[in-house]
Amino acid sequence: MQRFANPGQFLRLAAVVQPWAAGVGAVATAVGLYFALFLSPADYQQGDTVRIMYVHVPAAWMALSIYLGLAVAAALSLVWKHPLADVAARAMAPIGAAFTALCLITGSLWGQPMWGTWWVWDARLTSVLVLFFLYLGHIALANAFDDADRGARAAAVLALVGVVNLPIIKFSVDWWNTLHQPASVMRLGGPTIHGAMLAPLLLMWAAYMGYFVVVLITRMRTELAERRLRALQLNAEQATRMTASAVEAG
Amino acid sequence: MADFLAMGGYAAFVWSAYGVTALVLAGLGLATVLSARRARAALHEAEQQIQGRRRTSRAQARAQR
Repeated sequence: MQRFANPGQFLRLAAVVQPWAAGVGAVATAVGLYFALFLSPADYQQGDTVRIMYVHVPAAWMALSIYLGLAVAAALSLVWKHPLADVAARAMAPIGAAFTALCLITGSLWGQPMWGTWWVWDARLTSVLVLFFLYLGHIALANAFDDADRGARAAAVLALVGVVNLPIIKFSVDWWNTLHQPASVMRLGGPTIHGAMLAPLLLMWAAYMGYFVVVLITRMRTELAERRLRALQLNAEQATRMTASAVEAG
Repeated sequence: MADFLAMGGYAAFVWSAYGVTALVLAGLGLATVLSARRARAALHEAEQQIQGRRRTSRAQARAQR
């Protein structure tokens, strides 16, 4: 673990991983869209609106798993003071927020034709909305302090507290009455969804994952560059101050 | 083709869902690339300034000798 604490090591690894993630993501996007829009059948009840599932469900998976990643990074940064953990957390939050927003919007676009409403305040929809606000809260807190370390600590605490929301989202469809359908892929006893619909789901998930890795690495590199710039500026300020006092003294 | 675009009468919902997905992901991607470029340029400039300052202070030291 500590091996990747070194930014140099991370940057070298990132340079190798990024083009592969971009390639896999691009291929999965092309093949996934072909499956989702052409090859997969219309649902016998939902007609062609079922195709919304292929952008909606993987977005929900991303929203949840990125939050899990955010929480792990928060723990690493709070407990072990891992120097890259905060960089990763700051880079992850906006991507997670984007996928959560997509999950909510595409869900709404699916809900209107199938349930007859854009939105209901039931457990599943509300807990995902809370997830979205947790992401926004993390972004706001991380940038709310002049001292970046204090911001990181406050945001990490929020990320860890918010973990209780994850099982609530996952099991909300079993615990409470809801318009939302129960799990059909990640459930005990295996998926109940047909292969013709599972394939585009998994392909679109791979596409989102490729996108996530590429954007995450770019954002982490940006954050590292910004930190190096701040350190240089601090050094330069100190040097000027020392020269000034030397001139005064001389 | 018209059949495909009609999406069984649900064109507005299906295409909006795919469109908003493309839009949000492209937007975040663009913002990411732009801020990466900005950060790299700022860092490059700062590094050159520091090198330049080192060079001038070394030159001044030499001139004083």
